[in-house]
Amino acid sequence: MKYALRRILALFITMILVSFLAFAAFHIISGDPARAILGMNATEKQLALLRQELGLDKPFLVQYFNWLLGFFSGNLGISYSYRQPVASLIIPKLQVTLVMVLISFGIIVVLSLPLGLRAAQKSGGRLDWLRTTVDQLCMAVPAFFLSILVSYVFGIVLKFFTPGDFPKMERDLTGALRYLFFAAVCIAIPRIAMAVRMLKSTIIEEMEKDYVRTAISRGNTRAEVLKKHVLKNSLVPTITFLGQTMAEIVGGSIVVEQVFGIPGMGRFLVASISNRDYPVVEALVVILAFWVILSGTVADLVGQKIDPRLRLGDRS
Amino acid sequence: MMKKKWNGYLIAGCLITGIIILWIVIGRFYTPYPPTKMSSAKLQGPSLAHLFGTDKFGRDIFSRVMQGSGTTLVIAALTIVIGAGVGTVVGAVTGYFGGILDEILMRLNDALTAFPSILLALVIISILGPGKYNVIIALGIVFIPSYARMMRTAFAAQREVNYITSARLMGASSMRILLVHMLPNTVHVLLPALTIGFNNAVLAEASMSFLGIGVTPPDVSMGYMLSEAQGMFRSAPWYALSVGGVIALLVFGISLIGEGLQRMNEEVN
Amino acid sequence: MKGEVMKKKLLAGILAVSMMGALLTGCGKGATQGEGSTQAAAEAPAETPERAKTNEIVIGIAQDLDQSLDPHYAVAAGTKEVMFNVFEGLVKYDSNGDTVPAVASDVQISEDGLVYTFTLRDGVKFHNGETVDLDDVIYSIQRCKDDPKVNPQTSTGLACIASLEKDGDNKLVMTLSEPNTELMSLLTLAIIPSDYDKQDTAPIGTGPYKYVSRTAQESVELEKFADYWGTPGNLDKVTYKINEKAEGLVMGLESGALDLVSHLSSTQVGELSKENFNIEQGTMNLVQALYLNNEVAPFDNELVRQALCYAVDRQGILDMAFDGYGFPIGSNVFPAFTKYYDESLVNYYEHDVKKARDLLAQAGYPDGFDMTITVPSNYQPHCDTAEVIAEQLREVGINATLQRVEWETWKADTYAGRNFQSTVIGLTADPLTARSLLERFTTGQRVADAEGNRGNNFINYNNADYDALFEQAVKCYDDAEQVKIYKEMEKNLTEHAASVYIQDMADMVAVRKGLTGLTFYPLYVLDVSTLKWE
Repeated sequence: MKYALRRILALFITMILVSFLAFAAFHIISGDPARAILGMNATEKQLALLRQELGLDKPFLVQYFNWLLGFFSGNLGISYSYRQPVASLIIPKLQVTLVMVLISFGIIVVLSLPLGLRAAQKSGGRLDWLRTTVDQLCMAVPAFFLSILVSYVFGIVLKFFTPGDFPKMERDLTGALRYLFFAAVCIAIPRIAMAVRMLKSTIIEEMEKDYVRTAISRGNTRAEVLKKHVLKNSLVPTITFLGQTMAEIVGGSIVVEQVFGIPGMGRFLVASISNRDYPVVEALVVILAFWVILSGTVADLVGQKIDPRLRLGDRS
Repeated sequence: MMKKKWNGYLIAGCLITGIIILWIVIGRFYTPYPPTKMSSAKLQGPSLAHLFGTDKFGRDIFSRVMQGSGTTLVIAALTIVIGAGVGTVVGAVTGYFGGILDEILMRLNDALTAFPSILLALVIISILGPGKYNVIIALGIVFIPSYARMMRTAFAAQREVNYITSARLMGASSMRILLVHMLPNTVHVLLPALTIGFNNAVLAEASMSFLGIGVTPPDVSMGYMLSEAQGMFRSAPWYALSVGGVIALLVFGISLIGEGLQRMNEEVN
Repeated sequence: MKGEVMKKKLLAGILAVSMMGALLTGCGKGATQGEGSTQAAAEAPAETPERAKTNEIVIGIAQDLDQSLDPHYAVAAGTKEVMFNVFEGLVKYDSNGDTVPAVASDVQISEDGLVYTFTLRDGVKFHNGETVDLDDVIYSIQRCKDDPKVNPQTSTGLACIASLEKDGDNKLVMTLSEPNTELMSLLTLAIIPSDYDKQDTAPIGTGPYKYVSRTAQESVELEKFADYWGTPGNLDKVTYKINEKAEGLVMGLESGALDLVSHLSSTQVGELSKENFNIEQGTMNLVQALYLNNEVAPFDNELVRQALCYAVDRQGILDMAFDGYGFPIGSNVFPAFTKYYDESLVNYYEHDVKKARDLLAQAGYPDGFDMTITVPSNYQPHCDTAEVIAEQLREVGINATLQRVEWETWKADTYAGRNFQSTVIGLTADPLTARSLLERFTTGQRVADAEGNRGNNFINYNNADYDALFEQAVKCYDDAEQVKIYKEMEKNLTEHAASVYIQDMADMVAVRKGLTGLTFYPLYVLDVSTLKWE
């Protein structure tokens, strides 16, 4: 319990740190939100007026603390580019990305577990090299290259979905889910390949441990040992890996959203960075950070629950 | 029999990578056409004169890929050197010594991991300006956190292992313990991570080019070309396919080496 | 147990094969796209597009609208392009770029050009159903004149208005302090309700289409305005979909998600299957040039600038990067602006490598020099142009490196900060007046005013003759005479090689077959009211 509390405190500190880093980043990047809004022909006077309106004329730290205060009172601020509360702008985008990421995660779990198990059992077999090679190839294909291929093949040629015409989720849920499915596959494939490889080596490593050998020499079949002991012991690294996966596929979604034209968080983040819409970027950065750290923390905590021995090893 | 097969990956990987590297090295001295030479033969399909066809300015894609994959290889390799190098140092220090330093560095590390890499790269490019070498520095920094975390775990796991405690009791210096006793045992973690990192570095460079903050012409890189080829996928599919293919082959070759090394390592253990 | 294993094995096998299969078919389809698209096309024209039945269209645009939809505050060309259909002024532009009556049905101008009498058109309605009255008109003009947030070029232009008075309930008398030949262009400013404060989020105008809604970074919806005073629009609903990637727009057209996309490049048009789309060609109405910072070495030397003009082969750029489309220019006015356009300047500098080398030698750079060309990375045509220029300059010994920067960085550092050596960009006229195109190169726009406010002369062009000509032009109230002076100014820019003028880019519009009525304007707008499904 104490451990859990510490992890949550660490999560909190990291988020503050991230938000500060993001804030500092805006002051380093060239480009000016006021100019972004007012365009090329704006006069200094107009710019000054707008900066004042947006609070950009205040010292850096004051701006940051104002933002932080707002954040803690549940106010994410007003978007520069849309004059709307940030929360109302980003929630629909978050929904889209969340659904896509969950579908992707589902595909990864459903496919990589059986595939990884099989790969481990058949390791050293006749087709091992083929499996390994396919696995490596899947890891080597750039995600956005894969996305282009998938949108052409399944979108334009086979017409399973209409690239560029993402249906609004509240109007056509099945259509939206179908659209997201193809994008989710593109995010999932390299991760599946990684997961299969990871599972395979974990299981093989475990199978070679003394207790397994003893169990087998006592007359248990390999399959029984695998089921009773090995899988249980491979669970912890698998959960850690899935935690990482959960964190990383959100990052991977940025590129895929661009190619598929999905109005999700990643695309909105990139657009907001190039528009210098800092309140939106700040909110998205914090949410992203929360997601990344939370995935790791949850995976760790679940891992501890399953295997309490870990608590001794880890000191963070 | 097993041993032979494991080395098969290594041999195949070295062969593929070797051929590509040879090709790149040749590209430094000789390309069929000057890589920036434009001509009116625009968007030609592959032929004997132009093995990979030509791009929208009539430049020979084969020559450009020869040069571009060199740039990409250098960017990716140096990115990994910076990322894994600094990451290993941070991981070793935090994993071995622990304490308050560990706590601070790891929180900072978490923050950097969670920070969108595009924004981080933008910040660094804003400070340093655009260009090939600054891209390397930016990407290197982006890559540090994941290596640091991984290496920290690898070092921390060995801290209480018998031979380390006995080495400590025998009065070996921390430096010696870290370098001589612990580092070699982290290789099995580091090697596959280097391979995956290489892949990610190539892709990250592509994403930066995508956003227009990557390498600057007349330099060419695979990422720059791939993002350009994306818009011509239907009229000039050979462009995306040849560039994407070479990237995939390069990454594939390196992955095979990684796989081979890992298996050799497993066998030794 | 065994059966289960077999099943799993089979499943894994099928998966692996299908994944590989997907990759392979991907390659295969890509390579044989010619055949594939012919097939698709053979079927496509037979079926009427779904949206033709519901009488609506979807247009793809590359950028989201401004933060404020208030027509007087909007600055982005992309926003004006859309909102052109929502707002009208007392007068509006027709497709020749001339002003024609809109909210006003008639205008009388006094002999001395100082008194304008507008007659308000009967029964013009706002989108909220209210009738436009003189108060709304006065409010709108007054706001553009006085509000500090309005485009400064508009408000300085309107400064000549001394008074606005009602004469009865349908006549407006506008008295000027001095004549202004460009006033009519400025009076295309949107007429908006005087008692409405939500213009920035829910704009209301008098145009043929009314604003319905927007979703950030996704879409904007317009709807036909039933009570429009003039010829109503044909389409019932117009949706704009935003995709910041041009490739995404092309894919959207091809997949059937979009019906019309403007501002495509010839390469992008080449991606489309010709059977499904008509490609119409207009002009972008901008001045694309390699703008040189006249204050920075070596471009502070006129000879060097002239050498560059000779070294750059404009037709070569058009052929190489634009498949031959586009219109070469020789000064800072684009051809569609016929009144002020001087065709004789186009060939002032013929492509001549030897002359360029001679001039460079004369200027003290016999072996050339290194230079950087800054380009905004989101504008592919400008990046392409810069890349071709760099290659052309190599021939005269100049080693040019491109520096691709983000658009906001370009605006802040290159344009406002003037921290650059050379840059490729396209300048538009907003409002559509010669003044807005040419005033920017005067000394008044170069140096900072009392408030430390620098104008738009970002290339730091510094020429006393030019300044004197501009003084004459603004004081000249005779239209023909004024045109002559503006043309002199154009010539001045060319002779002193202020920059390397390249072209007005071709504006390629892909329109789905069955959709007709596309009209080009000498402005950056898309009139949807004339579009219709056949």
